Amino acid sequence: MPFTRADTSILGQWWWTVDRWSLAAIAALMAFGALLAAASSPAVAERIGLDEFYFIKRHFMLLPVAIAMILAVSAMTPTQVRRMAVIAFLGCIVLLTATLLFGIEIKGARRWLSIAGFSLQATEFVKPMFAVVAAWLFSEAAHDPRFPGRLICTALFATVIALVIAQPDLGQAVVITGVWMAQFFLAGLPMWLVAGLVVLGVSGLVGSYFTLSHVASRIDRFIDPKSGDTYQIERSIEAFSSGGLFGRGPGEGQVKQVLPDAHADFVFAVAGEELGLFVALFIVTLFAFIVLRGMSRAMSEQNLFIMLAVSGLLVQFGMQALINMGSSLQLIPTKGMTLPFISYGGSSLLGVALGLGMTLALTRRRLGSGAST
Amino acid sequence: MSDRIAFESTKKQAIETARTRLLVGGSLMAAAFFVVGVRLFDLAVFNENEDLRRAASREIARPTPMARADIVDRNGVLLATSLKTASLFADPRKIADPADTAHRLIEILPDLSEEVVAARLGSGKSFVWLRRNLTPRQQFEVNRLGIPGLEFEKEERRVYPHGRLAGHIVGFTNVDNVGLSGIEKSMDAAIAGAKTPLRLSIDIRVQQILRQELAGQIEKFKAIGGGGIVLDVESGEVVAMVSLPDFDPNAAGQAGADTRFNRMTLGVYELGSVFKIFNHAIALETGVATFASRYDATKPIRVARFTISDYHPKKSWLTVPEIFQHSSNIGSAKIALDIGSDDQRKYLGHLGLLRRTSIELPEQGLPMYPARWREINTMTISFGHGIAVSPLHLTSAVAAVVNGGILRPATLVEHDAKTTDGVQVFSAQTSDRMRRLLRLVVETGTGRNADAKGYLVGGKTGTAEKQVNGSYKRNALISSFVGVYPITAPRFVVFAMLDEPKGIKESYGYATGGWTAAPVVQGVVARMAPLFGIAPLDETAPDIRHAININAQPAIGNRSDAVN
Repeated sequence: MPFTRADTSILGQWWWTVDRWSLAAIAALMAFGALLAAASSPAVAERIGLDEFYFIKRHFMLLPVAIAMILAVSAMTPTQVRRMAVIAFLGCIVLLTATLLFGIEIKGARRWLSIAGFSLQATEFVKPMFAVVAAWLFSEAAHDPRFPGRLICTALFATVIALVIAQPDLGQAVVITGVWMAQFFLAGLPMWLVAGLVVLGVSGLVGSYFTLSHVASRIDRFIDPKSGDTYQIERSIEAFSSGGLFGRGPGEGQVKQVLPDAHADFVFAVAGEELGLFVALFIVTLFAFIVLRGMSRAMSEQNLFIMLAVSGLLVQFGMQALINMGSSLQLIPTKGMTLPFISYGGSSLLGVALGLGMTLALTRRRLGSGAST
Repeated sequence: MSDRIAFESTKKQAIETARTRLLVGGSLMAAAFFVVGVRLFDLAVFNENEDLRRAASREIARPTPMARADIVDRNGVLLATSLKTASLFADPRKIADPADTAHRLIEILPDLSEEVVAARLGSGKSFVWLRRNLTPRQQFEVNRLGIPGLEFEKEERRVYPHGRLAGHIVGFTNVDNVGLSGIEKSMDAAIAGAKTPLRLSIDIRVQQILRQELAGQIEKFKAIGGGGIVLDVESGEVVAMVSLPDFDPNAAGQAGADTRFNRMTLGVYELGSVFKIFNHAIALETGVATFASRYDATKPIRVARFTISDYHPKKSWLTVPEIFQHSSNIGSAKIALDIGSDDQRKYLGHLGLLRRTSIELPEQGLPMYPARWREINTMTISFGHGIAVSPLHLTSAVAAVVNGGILRPATLVEHDAKTTDGVQVFSAQTSDRMRRLLRLVVETGTGRNADAKGYLVGGKTGTAEKQVNGSYKRNALISSFVGVYPITAPRFVVFAMLDEPKGIKESYGYATGGWTAAPVVQGVVARMAPLFGIAPLDETAPDIRHAININAQPAIGNRSDAVN
């Protein structure tokens, strides 16, 4: 045991107040992520003409940064978290605007901003920051009905969504909307409005089906596989079948040879093929554990801001994992979404690290917070 | 102050609401993760249907299934199968030292040429084949070299465990597993798509017996080749078919064209006196002659510049059975004149002798016969000259003569049903009479060498001069014998043929069907009958004598010194 309970240094206090089980689960996910990046990315790198170890090198360079970020952020107090989130959120709005103006266009979308040799996806950072900002605005509104927190929050939401859809990046827009609506729901949104928002959300999806052709084609192919090219999803399904209970062994998979996004959107298929059912189930369990444990800690909170912020961050984390895994397993239409900590992707890794760092900071036991279980 | 209390209570209420609603949200999350887990389990464990549904377009993320089905004989003995092998290829862009790599590969694969390999490795292409189908040991050795850029492709190699024994029937494929001959070619698509082995009608044991008997006689009589067929008269199934010389389909590339030539289906020959079977059957069926009819065979027939004479002239009048027994060309030609050209042509057509056979082999010869069927043609065709058919044509037609008169399509694929539908060509009565005549030939005529004791063989010899460049060669013969057994209730037709046998001392210089081919049939019948549960019979038993009796007064007695 490195620290005694009597240790009152910052590090000692952090160790005894932070949720060490969640910390362990995050560490496990990062380890699987490192393994799968090493297994899946050389095939992808080779195919697109890069050095075989290009993605591995970058992943292992960013991993210590992400770990440091989680640890540093998790040592913050709730107030520090809130202030950082507000400032970072404003920064993200600037970056999102800049992305639309100066971004690199890849496959018909402007999602990446090139800064000093690094490409940056601002959307990955705006998600956790907006979740905290929204939690703050909702909780203030609940504390003081005269404060127009909901109105401000809705306006900010509309701004963010407009910037993300303009890229266009519908998947991220779905996640941001889902998180925001979940938080609004928790913050006491009247039930008739909840119903109204659900209808609005559904009609938004239906609307995008009819107005955005690439969305329509993906949904068509999900509903009726014969209507178009379902090559990727079929290979993904095969990968899980081929992996069986124990997998073909790390590095022994085939699916990464044919799937263009084996290291990102379809990394879970690589996991299923190479590591097998039991490890894949263990990964699912790790995600579920982090989300549900965090939520159960949030439930015993007495502070509405913390409750909303933690829930928002965890809903974002959980939704991303569910959308990625659901796509690979053909439970939902294919949607490009990274699997937190497991997929390759610098911005995604750091964004998720920030989000979970804040979650850990907010779920730390505090005197009089009521989180004494 | 009251404001503050109100705020506090709103705050408390808001937290309570959030807590309740969080429980709902958390449950939804938990349910979603559970669904993902169930789906994972479903795919990894219960994936059978998915497999079958997608099996068609499958090459990645799954070990490749066998591309070609096995071929087995009627008892399930493996005739052709596929082995998984590894084929060596290289990415020359990754080969650092082509010369050294080539040198080290040659030590493992000595059949390759070092210059060729070095040239390929230095070509700068991104893909070159080095050698197909390595043995596991060779693959291990190449792997152990540890040279980057050498890689393996999983492939299949077709293997024929029985080698040359069924080479003409099974055929072979090219290196890409596309059928090039035999069943492999004719049923290529079916074999490539089948999940279960293709079961042929042949019996590899009978195949071996037939080949051994033939090879012995070919060697003895210094023939250039030969062949034989065993056909089930009820189902039309070919139980054995051999053409010698033969080839090993495992190394078909090295086989000469003459060894790949299937004399039984692709070769067409003037088969000579065996055709008298059809001439007599047509005569009895149409009623132009009976067993009691007599014909003048005292002197040769002269038509225009042709002379039809007998091999060993009896110089007397002969009954219809005697014409058959002594194989009289003169008598047969006179019977044919009574039948007439039209009926002869019609019946030969019904017997399938003027068209392609139905056998499942791509190697088939078409019958050759006169475009204008004149009287002279009618006469020569009656004793098997002026018409050329494949031995399978003949065997199939003979089966129709003896099985009650029904022509059934010859096949190499096993039938589930005992018998197949056929076309009635002759009446059962004609068939019965023909069986008596065939037995007469073996008991007292030219076919005594075919008499496998107890199995009641009936048959007919044939000795024809080969036509080479338009004229007949006196000493180049096609000597054959077609046998049927047991004659009282025929099960099999056994045909044997020798190509250019030479007379030897033991046969008094003769190389006729009776001396060369009939012993093959005798050997095959005696050895194969026990495999099919056919027990030897007492040939002197009254009911059998009755069944094969000829009720006709002999014109000259049952003399049996005829050789043709």
